[in-house]
Amino acid sequence: MSNNGSTNKHEIVEKNVGLMAILTVFAISFGALVEITPLMFQKDTTQPVDGLRPLTALEMEGRDIYVREGCYNCHSQMIRPFRDEVERYGHYSVAGESVWDHPFQWGSKRTGPDLARVGGRYSDDWHYAHLMDPRSVVPESNMPGYPWLEENVLDGKLTAKKLEIFKNFGVPYTDKDIHDAKAAVEGKTEMEALIAYLQQLGTHLK
Amino acid sequence: MTSFWSIWVIVLTLACLALIFGLLVWNLKNYTGVEEGASCGHEFDGIEELNNPLPKWWTYMFFATFVWSVYYLAMYPGLGNFAGLLGWTSSNQGVTSIEESKQAVLNAKENGHWVQLDKEFEAADERFGPIFKAFAQQDVLALADNSEALEIGQRLYAQNCAQCHGSDARGGLGFPNLTDKDWLYGGSPDQIKETLLNGRIAAMPGWEAALGEQGVEEMTAYVLSLSGRKVNQKDADAGKSKFALCAACHGMDGKGSVAHNLPFGAPDLTDNIWLYGGSQRAVEESVRHGRAGVMPAWKDILGEDKVHLLTAYVYSLSQDK
Repeated sequence: MSNNGSTNKHEIVEKNVGLMAILTVFAISFGALVEITPLMFQKDTTQPVDGLRPLTALEMEGRDIYVREGCYNCHSQMIRPFRDEVERYGHYSVAGESVWDHPFQWGSKRTGPDLARVGGRYSDDWHYAHLMDPRSVVPESNMPGYPWLEENVLDGKLTAKKLEIFKNFGVPYTDKDIHDAKAAVEGKTEMEALIAYLQQLGTHLK
Repeated sequence: MTSFWSIWVIVLTLACLALIFGLLVWNLKNYTGVEEGASCGHEFDGIEELNNPLPKWWTYMFFATFVWSVYYLAMYPGLGNFAGLLGWTSSNQGVTSIEESKQAVLNAKENGHWVQLDKEFEAADERFGPIFKAFAQQDVLALADNSEALEIGQRLYAQNCAQCHGSDARGGLGFPNLTDKDWLYGGSPDQIKETLLNGRIAAMPGWEAALGEQGVEEMTAYVLSLSGRKVNQKDADAGKSKFALCAACHGMDGKGSVAHNLPFGAPDLTDNIWLYGGSQRAVEESVRHGRAGVMPAWKDILGEDKVHLLTAYVYSLSQDK
């Protein structure tokens, strides 16, 4: 209490960092309780879109490379419901497309274009040329090249485990998917895996 | 949202607002036992804390946010399942297929809901729709002479096609040049439109297994000789004897599938235009491992009206002006 014997209750909070922290968390948690918790139990946000399928083993490896190389730092995977975005990228993203993406790759920064529906927009050869040296196909691009993806070969040691973990998240992988995972990626290059991942992006909403 | 979660959201939102409101009102009164403006009784390095009240301008602004929040929660969707008095929503979320999405647009219109995205498209369609419609009814040949149509086509091209075919449309290694008269699937307006709408897939198989090392070299020599290159004549002759393998797509004369009205997209080998490079090594690579050229389909992405304009633009690129 203050040294002149006041009844300033607020001073209790001001002078106890621990109490203040607890009260801060309490205040902030209102936002989360209202904005996040209900989403976890809503059909709108937990029901997959009609055409959704789990990533194949190769695509799953590609997804990990996407994350490892930090693609999300410059590319979002979230088409917002604005006309300019829908005209440029296609149908706006819906929640049901991301339900098996853990964690989702929505991103928040667009130095490069959005990739939510990049699947099928370019040929595999284009992706190969573009990832090796972006300026060979788009001279104005400031994206770095990723030539080592062509040299790195997947051994598939962890692929089955990755699928298993996703299965625990509720992604419907079968035992056969998990069993065959290693064989499906072994010997493939990281380049092939990443291109396989990119080519399926956004193609499930039909 | 189930009614449980709806109530959850409503109760927590309103409780939170009420708590903050209470906190603000509580702090408007002086409970400290120290007179307003007097010292709180502590100072550090000559800096003293005085018991000043909350600034008036700040307090009024805080009250204004409450007024706003009441208005906002009444008008817009914020309180659980309550849709708001304006019936406004940003888009038809929760759809699980394109079909459903289209249906949702119609439903919203019928029920008089204000879906922001739909309204944006409606406004754009009102403004641009007639322009596209007018162009869609015109022949590609006519549009190829219409500078306004070509300008739109050029924008569409820059946005969707330049990534592969280049902003000058001269293509690159593996991506066809659109400004010359050499076509893989034909250069008539109809053929170009078909290519744009539905895409094309070319699959040249690799011949390493069938021809063997020597055979690949001989075939390369023959293929190069077709466009007048100096090659080892003995190799070329040996290659020629096996060219029937290639003729199924490229034609016995090597003039490519277009010259023979075939749909394979096999290039003319006699014109010295090389999609994958014309060096001996590049041609050998093509013979050995084959090539796969994929042109994506744009029907679903751009729609027929835009593809029509794009066809005119692409067609115009190779016309002598």
